[in-house]
Amino acid sequence: MSKRVLMKGNEALAEAAIQAGCIHFFGYPITPQTEVAAYMSKRLPKIGGVYLQAESELAASNMLLGAAASGIRAMTSSSSPGISLKTEAISYMAGSDVPALIINVQRGGPGLGGIQPSQADYFQATRALGHGDFQVLVFAPSTVQEIMDLVYLAFDRAEEYRVPAMILADGMLGQMMEPVVIEKPQTSAHEKPWAANGHKNVRKHNIINSLYLQAEELENRVVERYRRYEAIKAKEQRAEEYLMDDAEIAVVAYGATSRIVKAAVKEARERGVKAGCIRPITLWPYPTDTIVKYRDKVKCFLSVEMSMGQMVEDVRLAVNGAAPVEFYGRTGGVIPEPGEVLDKIMELGR
Amino acid sequence: MSVIFEKPKALCDVDTHYCPGCTHGIVHRLVAEAIDELGVEGQTVGIASVGCSVMSYNYFACDMIQAPHGRAPAVATGVKRAHPECVVFTYQGDGDLAAIGTAETVHSATRGENITVIFINNAIYGMTGGQMAPTTLPGQVTQTTPYGRDVSYSGNPIRVCEMLSTLDGVALAQRVAADSVPHIKEARKAIVKAFKNQIEKKGFSIVEVLSTCPTNWGLSPVEAMQWLRDNMIPYYPLGVYKDIDDKQ
Repeated sequence: MSKRVLMKGNEALAEAAIQAGCIHFFGYPITPQTEVAAYMSKRLPKIGGVYLQAESELAASNMLLGAAASGIRAMTSSSSPGISLKTEAISYMAGSDVPALIINVQRGGPGLGGIQPSQADYFQATRALGHGDFQVLVFAPSTVQEIMDLVYLAFDRAEEYRVPAMILADGMLGQMMEPVVIEKPQTSAHEKPWAANGHKNVRKHNIINSLYLQAEELENRVVERYRRYEAIKAKEQRAEEYLMDDAEIAVVAYGATSRIVKAAVKEARERGVKAGCIRPITLWPYPTDTIVKYRDKVKCFLSVEMSMGQMVEDVRLAVNGAAPVEFYGRTGGVIPEPGEVLDKIMELGR
Repeated sequence: MSVIFEKPKALCDVDTHYCPGCTHGIVHRLVAEAIDELGVEGQTVGIASVGCSVMSYNYFACDMIQAPHGRAPAVATGVKRAHPECVVFTYQGDGDLAAIGTAETVHSATRGENITVIFINNAIYGMTGGQMAPTTLPGQVTQTTPYGRDVSYSGNPIRVCEMLSTLDGVALAQRVAADSVPHIKEARKAIVKAFKNQIEKKGFSIVEVLSTCPTNWGLSPVEAMQWLRDNMIPYYPLGVYKDIDDKQ
């Protein structure tokens, strides 16, 4: 049974998690993601779940660590400055192979920054969501409907690979309202024989731990995890291709920015410039294969971001010198106008 | 031949890494005895903290989670809220509980989180080699207070049980010591009560155990016990600071 409703992006993040069987939420207020917590605080007590407001983002993410280590689906949500605090527990979860979902509804930075939409946490999400050698799955929805779909996918893949997963949204997506179809996810939670929830006198004790004082032992653990990462890179890359068949200019953009880019691409075509859009849906693993597919076909790539240029580095890595890679971005919470992006495309198409 | 003394079942049959004379071994045993007495090992989840007791996950036979520094009560909260049927305890040192984890300690206590906290106060950071702890005594020499703790400069020690006893969510706040047989017997009773409170859903229970660190105090095990008696107990008086069963 499915129903179509009008929903805010932040509410969809929450409802999707509930539909996916996540009825434990640990949060701390921060703009522009507060509706996630507000929605959870209203819904979860009615369905036997737990909404708990923590004393800090540090505590919230460590509550998530405890809940997830005990084998249930759980999540936390925050925005940029709060995510910095959550990285402590995220590193521990990665280091002890605990799957969980973390949501970042990005705002401008650095520091307290601003509360307007931003994509300036790309490096943090894809390079270093905490200390140590590790990665988390990063999904970047661009519509409210896709928020629902990717929350389901994020829980499922996090459990399959035993890694934390992040939904990297932004303030625009979090605050916008769009119709969504709410459907139960196709997959159910994975078995978790490793969980610490009491051995019930039927098995040896489970230990959830990230400490290995012998260097070789720690190295082995990390290397094993990187083998899983290789499998993830091979199987989980996702990207949407928009008007790419005959494209000469490939504009790469994710999340809310991709919506602006698509409008600009369409307009460019009406003005005679063959532009197309590659929209990464997974940011880690980065959809390198999609970029590689087009690197010898297009004249150039253009990465458009709400940042000073972060994802553009992944585009360059994938293009590997085969074509020029340009960048256009606005930052600090400024949302690029389609016209600005169009001007840049037209300039490149000349 | 009848067995009159044996290892508690809730302790694993492994060697520990603790220094000679360290009282972690005694307190581990008391916790394990409480778990055995209440018959709850199969439903218990222990939260190891960062410090000398970090590897307690290898010593307790129940399921164990190792928490980031100071966050054991938050991790315990996550487990307990997800599995109210589980018995959840944290085992934390003074740096972990009363410095970096103060917020988690105070807020899990004031929420009345239905967990059991075992707090080892030995007035020093043990694992990193003997630095000033939040509970280091005035004048006490440590690696980072080489001229003795000057409270006008480094601040004052925290009396955790006294502080937490002011909070409504606390069911039990009791300070005991691991320095002598009578004190250890008292400690055992307190720890059993702290676990029982949780099973009876009474809320947050903390047992602070004054403990020794002969290695970093630079004393023999016997001298360390005496130092605890002479210096710690006067500053940190033993006793029950809050017990919701004692309603006057």
